[in-house]
Amino acid sequence: MATITVNGQAKEVAADPTTPLLWVIRDVLGMTGTKFGCGIAQCGACTVHLDGVPVRSCSVPLSAVGAKKVTTIEGLSADGSHPVQQAWVELQVPQCGYCQSGQIMSAVALLESKPTPTDLDIDQAMNGNICRCGTYQRVRAAIHRAAEMKKA
Amino acid sequence: MTPNPSTVSRRDFVRVGMAVGGGLLVTVYGCGPKDAAAPLAGGAGLFEPNAFVQIDGSGNVLVLSKHLEMGQGTYTGLATLIADELDADWSRVRVEGAPADAKKYGNAGFGGMQGTGGSSAIASSFEQHRKAGATARAVLMAAAAQQWGVAAAELTTEPGVVVHAKSNRRADYGTLVAAAAKLPVPETVTLKDPKDFRYIGKDNSTPRVDAKPKSTGTATYTQDVQLPGLLTAVVAHPPLFGATVKSFDATKAKAVKGVVDVVQIPTGVAVLGEHFWAARQGRAALTVEWDTSAANKMGTAEIMAEFRDLAGKPGIELRKDGDAEAAIGKAAKTLEATYEFPFLAHASMEPLNCVVHLRKDGAEVWNGDQFQTADQAAVAGVFGMKPEQVKINTLYSGGSFGRRANAKSDYVVEAATIAKAIDGRAPVKMVWTREDDTGAGYFRPAFLHRIKGGLDATGNPVAWWHRIVGPALMEGTPFMPPDGKDPSSFEGAADHPYTVANVFVDSHFPKTGIPVQWWRSVGHTHTAFAVEMFIDELAKAAGKDPLEFRRGLLAKEPRRLAVLNLAAEKAGWGTPLPAGRARGIAVHKSFNTYVAEVAEVSLEAGKARVHRVVCAVDCGIVVNPDVVRAQMEGGIAFGLGAALYGQIAIDKGRVVSNNFDKYRVLRQREMPVVEVHMVASTEPPTGVGEPGTPPIGPAVANALFALTGKPTRKVPLAV
Repeated sequence: MATITVNGQAKEVAADPTTPLLWVIRDVLGMTGTKFGCGIAQCGACTVHLDGVPVRSCSVPLSAVGAKKVTTIEGLSADGSHPVQQAWVELQVPQCGYCQSGQIMSAVALLESKPTPTDLDIDQAMNGNICRCGTYQRVRAAIHRAAEMKKA
Repeated sequence: MTPNPSTVSRRDFVRVGMAVGGGLLVTVYGCGPKDAAAPLAGGAGLFEPNAFVQIDGSGNVLVLSKHLEMGQGTYTGLATLIADELDADWSRVRVEGAPADAKKYGNAGFGGMQGTGGSSAIASSFEQHRKAGATARAVLMAAAAQQWGVAAAELTTEPGVVVHAKSNRRADYGTLVAAAAKLPVPETVTLKDPKDFRYIGKDNSTPRVDAKPKSTGTATYTQDVQLPGLLTAVVAHPPLFGATVKSFDATKAKAVKGVVDVVQIPTGVAVLGEHFWAARQGRAALTVEWDTSAANKMGTAEIMAEFRDLAGKPGIELRKDGDAEAAIGKAAKTLEATYEFPFLAHASMEPLNCVVHLRKDGAEVWNGDQFQTADQAAVAGVFGMKPEQVKINTLYSGGSFGRRANAKSDYVVEAATIAKAIDGRAPVKMVWTREDDTGAGYFRPAFLHRIKGGLDATGNPVAWWHRIVGPALMEGTPFMPPDGKDPSSFEGAADHPYTVANVFVDSHFPKTGIPVQWWRSVGHTHTAFAVEMFIDELAKAAGKDPLEFRRGLLAKEPRRLAVLNLAAEKAGWGTPLPAGRARGIAVHKSFNTYVAEVAEVSLEAGKARVHRVVCAVDCGIVVNPDVVRAQMEGGIAFGLGAALYGQIAIDKGRVVSNNFDKYRVLRQREMPVVEVHMVASTEPPTGVGEPGTPPIGPAVANALFALTGKPTRKVPLAV
């Protein structure tokens, strides 16, 4: 039995320590906003934050979480009011939507470290998040929009 | 917790007499007002004038989508059609997947079967859904007229409200549903004059209904279904196509904590666990011996070598205008080119999965279902049931690009066979890993196009000779014509639009042992590439500008010419570019939609880098401008990734490129700036999910050709 902090709440989880954090979040805690895409840290669909740093949860074993705070898409806001989520809706970013939790988590982390990112900053920070629907242009625009909203 | 919409069926809710109305929107699947099996508690809170729209006592509107929402925006598009004629308040419109019922929800474009594809949803629903909205509005107005004792002709509507201006009375639709439910629904109704549209064609008037749930992690995909007692199944699949299980040892797999059972099924060995990771670890501990005696052992290199060999032999004739061989013999200038296209995976972000619960009296499926009629029949076949005993809950799908509409229902059947193997003692969520998803095939087939052309002394083309080699992907599907000439192999090539007096086209349809399937824009993925690249090669041989050359050959094609000219104008065709950049252009019609694209390309470390794409599209009447824009952007990104990097490598029968580290797709850094321009039109609307994809590959290839002076005839271009 391990205790991890997810979205500010301490959670007791009964899972093998080698279980990837992704499957602890999804199957043990039943929080399904974080998605499974590739299992080898290549697509970014499973992106969550560990102490604010974006990580691919499919490749982080439970044992590596320790006291680090886990933030998932559900932890951004209960109602979609986080500026990045608002910008995503305003610019109509999602198509199939399956990658978007991961895109949003990467975008939130980017804006924390660079409040006014350039296109190049965005392309570098978001390059690990694959979108097969090709929403990349809107991802770029929505990150700029969220940066404006955060300053307003 | 993500809400689970389906733990208890809504029909059950109604059967137990849950109060309707008061803001609770209840979906009564399959239960119209005439369905005696479904007494509505309160009797009066729901108005269901037809199979597509329901309005509850609070004035909330539910649209039942006969089409899968896989990203293409169909939920928003279909609801826009209904909302416009219904005069609905868009903020109170919700959409859910309709149940599997071909009688109500069949696709006219699919011969009446229920399914999604061929960019057919808006085209086949434009009148039907407007009528569904208009009749609902007519009945609500009749109900108000009755209540107020006035003539219906004196009434008007505003979004969600019936208005009687004379007496200054207003009634929210919700207050009228009880009365409306008792009135007859008219058979005929006058549809709006397009100039009166409130939502159709009005930019940003109907934002996507799925944008918020998909930005908050609350949209439910098959992967997210949770049911009491649910087991997750991970399947050990054969390493080669056509291999089967010889024997297996599950001792170690069963020793993994959380593994519940290990069962053999026709397609492999399924490990069932309390959750995914247990099943996945169980599969890793499983030992399977495979019988590979009948399996495919050819690789992509051998398959392409066979295609090259066939390209030298006569195939099945598809088109013969004049005498192309003779005209080439007499031409002032001749040209020959062979273009090769690899196998491609759909690689949707949500790896394939399916939930099946086998019960005594029937079965229930939860799936991002793209082909309900086929899947329902296939699952019924596994269980020895009637199709109507199989209920399908169609959920959001994390992409598909055609993959979830499998004519054999491959992955759905696999999930059903697992449920059967455990005698339905628990609901089963079958989850494929990324490697399973890519390794299972059903690829866009590899193709080879060999084209010869002849020009007269003025540089005018006089002959076009074209041989196409590639597997028939319709083989084994209900869409395969009896004469064996699979149209998806040559659509967009045998009927290419350029005016040439002598045209010959034939085709070989070799079987390869590799499962193949439609992939976003189907045959146009390679036919547009080959035709549009060869046109540029001919233009160069004729010493003409590629745009001018096309214009000269498209006099009989006004819509094609219009998108070509619009894209060229907006891209600044012919104006100077920074050093090291060049433009390429391509135009193609697919699914009755015309698209032209101009790509600006440079070379970085010897590889193509695409900076900007200007797209012009004519899809008839535009229903949702921003969805059209998004589909062009997405179609371009999808096609660009394939054109630059996409290829499935198969070595001795084994799929090598089975995850994103080896199957390269477009990433953020490689996304060009895309500008979309729509042609104003009064023609009936046509689809937009696929037509953005075909022109981008050749536009980029043609830009590279302009840049380097040498044609790139092998795709992918940047590998």
